[in-house]
Amino acid sequence: MELRVTDLKCLRGGIPVLDGVSFAVPAGQALILRGPNGIGKTTLLRTLAGLQPAEAGEIAYPAEEGAYASHEDGIKAALSVRENLAFWASVYGRAMDESVLRAFDLVDLAERPAATLSSGQKRRLGLARLGVIGRKVLFLDEPTISLDRFSVRLFADFLRDQHLAKGGIAVIATHIDLGLEAPELDLQPFRAAPEATGGSHEAFL
Amino acid sequence: MSIWEYANPKKFMTTTAPVLPWVFAIAIAATVIGLVWGFFFTPEAENFGSTVKIIYLHVPSALMAINAWLMMLVASLIWLVRRHHVSALAAKAAAPVGIAMTLIALITGAIWGQPTWGTWWVWDPRLTSFLILFLFYLGYVALWSAIEDPDTAADLTSVLCMVGSVFALLSRYAVNFWNQGLHQGASLSMDKAENVSNVYYIPLLISMGGFVLLFIALVILRTRTEIRLRRIGALQARARRS
Amino acid sequence: MIALLMRDLRLAVRAGGGFGLGLAFFLIVVVLVPFGVGPNSDLLGKIAPGILWVAALLAALLSLDRIFALDYEDGSLALLATSPLPMEGAALSKAVAHWLTTGLPLTLAAPALGALLNLPGPAYSFLFVSLIIGTPALSVIGTFGAALTIGIRRGGLLLSLLVLPLYVPTLIFGAEVVRRGAEGLATATPLIMLAGITAGAIALLPFAAAVALRINLR
Repeated sequence: MELRVTDLKCLRGGIPVLDGVSFAVPAGQALILRGPNGIGKTTLLRTLAGLQPAEAGEIAYPAEEGAYASHEDGIKAALSVRENLAFWASVYGRAMDESVLRAFDLVDLAERPAATLSSGQKRRLGLARLGVIGRKVLFLDEPTISLDRFSVRLFADFLRDQHLAKGGIAVIATHIDLGLEAPELDLQPFRAAPEATGGSHEAFL
Repeated sequence: MSIWEYANPKKFMTTTAPVLPWVFAIAIAATVIGLVWGFFFTPEAENFGSTVKIIYLHVPSALMAINAWLMMLVASLIWLVRRHHVSALAAKAAAPVGIAMTLIALITGAIWGQPTWGTWWVWDPRLTSFLILFLFYLGYVALWSAIEDPDTAADLTSVLCMVGSVFALLSRYAVNFWNQGLHQGASLSMDKAENVSNVYYIPLLISMGGFVLLFIALVILRTRTEIRLRRIGALQARARRS
Repeated sequence: MIALLMRDLRLAVRAGGGFGLGLAFFLIVVVLVPFGVGPNSDLLGKIAPGILWVAALLAALLSLDRIFALDYEDGSLALLATSPLPMEGAALSKAVAHWLTTGLPLTLAAPALGALLNLPGPAYSFLFVSLIIGTPALSVIGTFGAALTIGIRRGGLLLSLLVLPLYVPTLIFGAEVVRRGAEGLATATPLIMLAGITAGAIALLPFAAAVALRINLR
């Protein structure tokens, strides 16, 4: 299994932002996306996850293995930590894996309603979702926002030991150093030229 | 050369530019001739008096009220299947014209109804159907104007148009069922050729032709405006990037 | 699908309000009508079928914009879109959850409110039957409308404008069943039509709603 992207062109608001993006990530490896704000990291991740269509190029990975996560992690305040995780586990047709609670230091919080969690604890819960859905190819958009250093290490350990070590793949847009041994991809060279074709405006120019 | 080439905005602009004034001229001429002929040069009908002459406005506008929606439906389907921008914009352009036609049909219907039935409004199946059609038009236009991204708006309004068409048909049937011809509205309608002698029918045909052309001319004009607006947006977007 | 349905029901129960508000609205509209048209029992009994159906329809309309809005805002919808659950299934389970939390309670409460409006005796069973057959259509059609308008800020009013015309056939046949039932006429035709609309809406509209959701998530 690998993730291979060839000559990908992505649109944002009907305008090409990235053009000619090509990379391959083998099983067991992560890829860190770098680049200034607005370069199109979120757009690229959403395109890879299939939320928006690619304008051109190819994305190849086993379709039933992809999963997407952003900082909007779909936590329901009225449900407890365990209920939130159990819901996502059952959407993916899996049993709830209790070890995930330990990996994200949520054991003591398991029965608390998510409404009473701090924003960092909520983020940990949002990331713990990745542990219960059992997907191999993760597209993560700024996963560490509002995490303290300890939680960042928890997350990095989870990624390294629970995910990548078992042959998983992760593409991560982040500004901080996760402490993973992963290659970085600078998106700057792929910025679409102003005259790049494609997008809904093209027909009118 | 395929017909789809005209769906290219630039091709559409260059093709329609010389044609549009002629379509407008013929449309206005036909409408004026049909209406003047109908209003002033047809004999008074014995049973109905002069009020019946409003059919020269009522019938063509009612015809176009429905046909405008059908055109929007076809244009929406073309957009969803073939992604031709002109098609989506033509559907958008047709909606306000359809609203105007529906309003004319409703108002002339009310004016006609006053002397005939003694009241401005009856919940006659036909009138009610047009009122419902009017509501569908309003929703369609409101959805277009509520969404900023033009492609998203085109997609969503197309879906609404398709679903709306099914429900508009259902409503038509439901309304017929709900008020099963409590009065003889249908026999008053003169859009059945056999009911009407040629003296009345020919000016009606001319007037209907005029309305069809007027609709086409207005839709082309409005589509051209929409294309220009999109072009402005596209140029601005490009200017922002460089 | 079951998981999503159970979660939505659980959220509706915990958040409270959900059931209560729609029902309270139903009650208030029905109570307001006699103030508007006068206390004449004959008149009220005559218009009761229509009033009850219109009030139930408006009460169902009230909670439509919550079907997807919260899931859209907190990102659940994007996560669902990338999950193994097809969007069509998500739309259908949302519609079922909406029906269980509004359509069903309204149906159960309607006979009690019928008494307030002096609904004729034979009409009660028809009121119940027509609502239980017709309200699922209201939920599914509303889900489609909600899917169209999730991306729009303050889309509530627009949602009503889009959905109300779509409700016309359901309302006509639903109220007709009760009216005919009250007058002792044959009700088979409007009942069959009502059931047909509901069946057709359940079969087709989740697909349209899923298309709209995918477009909005782009």
